[in-house]
Order: sequence, then structure tokens, then C-alpha cells
Amino acid sequence: MSTPGDNVDLLVAMNPAGLKTNLYAVKLGHTIIVDTDSFTKKNLEKAAYKTNPLEDGSLENYRVIEVAMSSLTKEALKDVEGLDNKSITRSKNMFSLGMIYWMYNRSTEHTVEFFNKKFKSKPELIEANTKVLNAGFYYAETLELIPNSYTISPAKLAAGTYRIIMGNAATAWGLLAAAEKSGLELFLGSYPITPATDILHELVKHKHFGVKAFQAEDEIAGVTSAIGASFAGDLAVTTTSGPGLALKGEAIGLAMIVELPLVIINVQRGGPSTGLPTKTEQSDLLQAMYGRNGESPVIVIAASTPGNCFDYAYEASRLALEHMTPVILLTDGYIANGSAPWKIQSVADMPEIKNRKITEFKEDWHPYNRDEKTLARDWAIPGTPGLEHRVGGLEKDSVTGNVSYVPENHEKMTHTRSEKIRLVKNNIPNLQTEFADSGDLLVIGWGGTYGSLHSAVKQINKEGYNKIGLAHFNYINPMPKNTEEVLSRFKKIIVCELNSGQFASILKINFSKFEYSQHNKIQGLPFSNEELIEQFKKLV
Amino acid sequence: METTAVKKYTFKDFTSDQEVRWCPGCDDYVILRSMQKALPEMGIAKENAVFISGIGCSSRFPYYMETYGMHSIHGRAPGIASGVKLANPNLSVWVMTGDGDSMAIGGNHFIHVLRRNIDLNIVMFNNEIYGLTKGQFSPTSVIGQKTKSSPYGNTQPPFSPGELALGANARFFARIGGNNPKAMTQIFIDAHKFKGTSLVEVLQNCVIFNDGCFANVTDKDVKEDKQIYLEHGKPMIFGKNSDKGLVLNGLKLEVVTIGENGITQEDLLVHNAKEQDKTLHQMLVRLDYPLATGIIRSFEDVTLEEREDYLTAQVKANSKFKKTDDLFFSGETYQVK
Repeated sequence: MSTPGDNVDLLVAMNPAGLKTNLYAVKLGHTIIVDTDSFTKKNLEKAAYKTNPLEDGSLENYRVIEVAMSSLTKEALKDVEGLDNKSITRSKNMFSLGMIYWMYNRSTEHTVEFFNKKFKSKPELIEANTKVLNAGFYYAETLELIPNSYTISPAKLAAGTYRIIMGNAATAWGLLAAAEKSGLELFLGSYPITPATDILHELVKHKHFGVKAFQAEDEIAGVTSAIGASFAGDLAVTTTSGPGLALKGEAIGLAMIVELPLVIINVQRGGPSTGLPTKTEQSDLLQAMYGRNGESPVIVIAASTPGNCFDYAYEASRLALEHMTPVILLTDGYIANGSAPWKIQSVADMPEIKNRKITEFKEDWHPYNRDEKTLARDWAIPGTPGLEHRVGGLEKDSVTGNVSYVPENHEKMTHTRSEKIRLVKNNIPNLQTEFADSGDLLVIGWGGTYGSLHSAVKQINKEGYNKIGLAHFNYINPMPKNTEEVLSRFKKIIVCELNSGQFASILKINFSKFEYSQHNKIQGLPFSNEELIEQFKKLV
Repeated sequence: METTAVKKYTFKDFTSDQEVRWCPGCDDYVILRSMQKALPEMGIAKENAVFISGIGCSSRFPYYMETYGMHSIHGRAPGIASGVKLANPNLSVWVMTGDGDSMAIGGNHFIHVLRRNIDLNIVMFNNEIYGLTKGQFSPTSVIGQKTKSSPYGNTQPPFSPGELALGANARFFARIGGNNPKAMTQIFIDAHKFKGTSLVEVLQNCVIFNDGCFANVTDKDVKEDKQIYLEHGKPMIFGKNSDKGLVLNGLKLEVVTIGENGITQEDLLVHNAKEQDKTLHQMLVRLDYPLATGIIRSFEDVTLEEREDYLTAQVKANSKFKKTDDLFFSGETYQVK
């Protein structure tokens, strides 16, 4: 791989000169913390900058975190007595260290011990350094800063034009591509929530493509405005994270029963409740599957790398439009904030999207007329003469679409809605395995753990265990048609997830004849190579 | 809004084939028929009318209209309606809601939709009770009101819908008795014509659970004495004999009688619904005697769509991105061979 500067994940630039000298070493897409107080005209000139790099767009391929570090440090120390100006200025590096400790999950304890030893005779310096370190730590917590950490080295990148992209931006771009391909306008109804907000930030920029990004008053209005836009014929999307998905549950049930296309993107974070907003987890899977009242199946898919957030956002749109149903796309904080090389895809090369809009009344037309093969209903949008109709959350007659309390009809409609989702299996690719097609152990994962699992299985195969395969799921409801067949080719199966076994439970329900080992981690952290390999070795 | 070459409709064109299920004698029938009569006067094509409702008796409304419609979930109609309107600004979008739907479970959406001023219309059926769930107190039930959930009397002070709406910066607010179809029809037409969010509060009698709750102001024999029907540009005059009126006394509205204490019609306040300053509108909304009805406020302001359209046009004109490819291949890219 040939990306310039394959070096550091994070740079702290205390001034323009520091930025200029060290920028070459920062990995594209990674983080630069700058002290904005020091980016004065004088300092910029000293570093021979003609324009301010914080304003001229030259850092657009990095994640720049702007912090007025000097002033914040000064403010933090205003009550400490006996400090000269120089000591105050010098302690600002502790502010950045505090920020980094928060971002990378490290305790400040050892550093404070170090201060206590080093400045034994100068208590004011112990106090100052500790205060500033903590101030930086808390500042990063308040801002909910997340490190971007994603490393995956596929054997070889296919030829093509690449750029570095972050998962959330890729998600936004996938939606843009789907809107253009389907010829629809893109509507986003959203409410800010960590770590999903960057999708909103990205889409609001793109008014030039006619994107309608609506920041609503809450999560519920985010999804309901999207449902309204979908009713009126837009490609409609709502973005959120776990707690927001909980709030949207009732409305997603409405979209399901009125059978409108809707893309719901859940950038998962540590739960339950407010949980660990800046940490990653895969614990919303069962919420995505079942988190609604009544029997209300929807399509559930998951992205597995920062780059393929693009593909699965596109795919979520395609499936929603072709099958007239809500689709929940699961990503997570780890891939959403991770950056990776992305082979740029032209919309011309993306798969077709056939939406189900109809424009003319035909004899015997009813709003719940269905396609024979997919059971997807027609999309008759307001403004179309002759197709006036009402939809709603009450159960409807299977033929006319009018409200119906008939017992047999309710059962029929429940089965029909379920069957409609099941039939999506005919419109998705088969499950593939990597490293081995059959053998001793099948490692199963889904979603954002692909990078970790891929590296670990690759490494263990190199160590001579050549009968270990990896099957990574992107399609969860429904699962690919060949799933059972793939599972049957291996002697043992281990399901690895960043939760206590949610996907394993789904597999057990669907394919109960297999035995499943599990490896689970619920620490807000991704898997490490070592822990995975250790687990795999126990089984072979 | 589409106004050209629209077919001439009658109320029948807007009547769906569904049997109306409200209780016999309910004011909801009046609202339904007023709307079906108002629509042909609005000059819009039938396919461009959309009715969105939440949950409650009021929210059955869309099923009875031969237009596009959605009976959605409790309290959320403003969100859905906002999405419909932003997706297709050519539509005439109506939110049909009740006092519980809009001000209890949907209170947050209600204030925000008014704040934003999207060009849509809200009709609130206020009956000061929960009807569909069979008789609990609502956010507009009065103190002491005995209901299924307040057998010894309601202890929760009520909202005044008009005050709440004006506090949320509603640009159009009208109030009308549920037994006054003629005025109601005209108000619906005016609400439609108004550019921005319009709110019509209908004082709707619930014959089963709160019968007569507005009788002392809406009954035929008292309404002229107990209500003042406001019209823009006309003096604030009321009473069976048109001899009562409103004047401003210090910071309060005061009822005066023409011919007493030297008062003439010239002394009365003249209603200015279009005034931006809402001080007087708020006083009118709060008034108990006489109860103000008609269009109390109708201040035309910039709509959300207009602001958005303006920005979009500007961004489009100045952008180098016409297609997504332009964006995807822009900036720093590199080749892998």
C-alpha cells in the first residue's frame, strides 16, 4: 500500500511550526489536536504559512480537533497561587496529555504519582500540573472525543483511485449515491447523538445535491419527519445511536405496518441507557431485530469496515426502496470514527435501484397491492391523481387496505409482512468464507469486528492452523440463503461479538442443529489479536 | 400551491367510502363536513391535499377524507406532516389532532412545529377530555373537573392552547366553536391561504365524556353575548344587540357598552390580526369574557421552506459539485496500481 506518511495516529500541534514540521508523519484520516490560541498571524508567518491551514482546507483529509489550549490552561490555573506566566504556559502540554488519556482510555493516576515525586519540593507545580491534566481529561470527556482507530491491511488493494474516508462520512456518501442512482431526493431527519452526529454534519453540507437535512427537536421527530418524507416520495433516512433507536421504536413500527421505505442508521455505542457514548459495542443487535411492539420484522444489515459503510448505506437504501420496508443499518463507534482507504466508486458502477413508485390508476388498484415475487407493495405518492388513499398504524384489510379488525385477516397480514422480509434473501448475495472453505473451525462475526477477526484468522492460519475459516455477516435479517450450508462445512463454530452473545442467540434459533462456542467482550473496546487467537487455539 | 386549472369540486369529492364512526351528535361531524366544504374553495387539486393525524377521536379524520392521508402514532403528526411538506412543498398539508395528542404526548412536536413556521395547517379538536380512552382528564381539562382519572376533581392546572401557541411563536391562530360550521369553513380556507403554520383550535363538544363543556359560550342562545368574533380591520364589537365592545384600559382589556359613559363605536379597539407584535393577541387569547373567536393572529412571516430554498439555491449556484462523482473524486486521492 502506498499512502504518504504511514506513521502516527495522533499529532498535537502546539503551534503552526509544530504542525508544519510534523504533518508528514500523520496517517491520512487521523487526528491532529491544535492549540488554536497559537495560530496567530505572527506565528503563521514564522512558520512560513501563507494561509492559515486551519481555514484553507489543506487539512481536510485529517480530523482536526481545535482547542484553545493556552486560554483553557490559563483559566484552569487562575486560582493556583505562586505560578509565574512561564510555568502556566509550560503546563499546557499536560492539557493535551489529559485529552489523550481520555481518548485512549488511560487513567491519569500514574502521571499524577509522577508529579508528586518529581515536584516534591514545589507543591504549586504538583497542583498546577494535576489540575491541567485533569482539565484536559474532562474537556475531552465533555466533548465526547473519540480516537479514530482503524487498522486493517487487506492482502492487496485492488487497482483504482483511492481516498481515505471515515466510516460516518462513507455512510453519508453511500446515501448520496443511492439518491442519485434512484433519481430520488434525499431526506434526512435526525437529532444529534454521539457517535452518529457526523453523518448529519456531512449531509447538511450537500445542499448542492438537493439534500434536505432536517435537524428535528428530538429522535422521534427525526424518524417521523423521515416517514413523512418517505410517504411523499423521498429517499428518507434517520440516523441515531442506541438510545435514539429506542425512542424511534414505535415510529419504525408504523413505517413497517404502512410499508414505506425508510433507512434507519444506528451507529452503535456502549449501552445500556446512556452507557458509554464514546466507546464501541455491538449490543443493539437484538434491539434492531425485535425492539418494537407487536410482530414487526424489518431488514437488518451491518457494515463491517469504514469504507464499506458506503456500500451498506447504499444497500440499505436499495433494499428499502425495492422491498418497501424499513431497513436498519448497524454500524458502530469503532468503524464510524475509523478511517481507511476507500476505493472510490462511481455512481455509474453501482447496482441498479428500482423504486416502486406508480403514477397511474388502474382498475382494482389498492394501496396494498403487492409484487408477486417480493410481496412489496406499490408506492403511490401524494400529488399523483387518482391514487388518493389512506394508510395508518391500524391493521388493514389484506385486499382493500381499509381498517380491519377481522381476526383471520390480522394473522394473514402478520404472516405476509414477515414473509416479505424473508423473501429479501433472494435479493442479497451469498455468505462467503475467507481463509478456508471447510475444516476445523469457523469463526463467525458480524459488523464492525471484521478488521480484528480478519487479522486474527489470517495470523493463526499463518501459524499453521490452515483449516480455520472466517464467515463475516453483513446481512442479518434475513441471513444469506446459503448460511446453513456454510455452517455445516466446519467441525466447530465460534461466534465472536462485542456483546454477551446476541448474534449467537439468533443463530441458535435459526440453525439449532449446530453447536456454537462464543467469544464475547463487553468493555467498550474492540477485540485484540491475542485474545482472539488464544480462543481459537483452545478449539483446535 | 397549485392554483391553475383545477377541477371544480364539491364536498362529495372529498368524502371517502368509509363509514364515519364517531359518536352520534359529536362535533367532529361538523369539523369533517366543514373541511369537506372548504376544500373545493381552496383551489387545489384533490391529489395535493394530505391529512396527517396522530391518535385519538380526532385522528380518525383522514380515513373519512377522499385525499391522501396517514393515521399515524400518538402525538407525532407534526413530525410526519413536516416531512411530507419538506419533501413536496406543492402539497396542502393538514395535521388533525386533539388536545391530548397535541399538548400532552405530542407537546414537544407541537411547540417546535409552530416555532419553525413550515407552511402547513393544524386543526386541534379541543374537548378538554380524553375521548378515545374513555374519559380521563387532558392537558386542557379544568381544575376540579371530575373524570375517570380524577374522580375527586382534576388537580392539574390546564394549558390554554392559544397562549401556548403564541408563546411558541405561532403566526396564525384561530379559535372557533364546534357548532359554527359556516365560520369554521371560512377559517379553514383562510388557514390554507395563510403562508406559514396555521393553528385552528375548535371548541369541540364531546357528547359522551364531557358534554356541554363549552355550552356556556357556544350555545346558540348565549354565543353572541359570550363570544366576540374577531375580524381583521373591524372594531371589536359583540353582543346580541352589537352594543358591547372592547377597549384597552391600562394594560387590560375592558368590556364597555356603547352608549354608556359616552362610549361610541369609535372608542373601540380595531382588530389587527396581521400585527407582528403579539401583545394584544395574547390578551385576546386569555380573555374569558367575552371569549375571543375567529382569526386572532395572522402575521405573515418567512417560512422555513423559503429560508431553506434560498440557501439551497445559493449553495447550488456556487458549488463545484454537480454529481456525486465530483465530490467523491475531489480533494486528495491517490492511485493503486
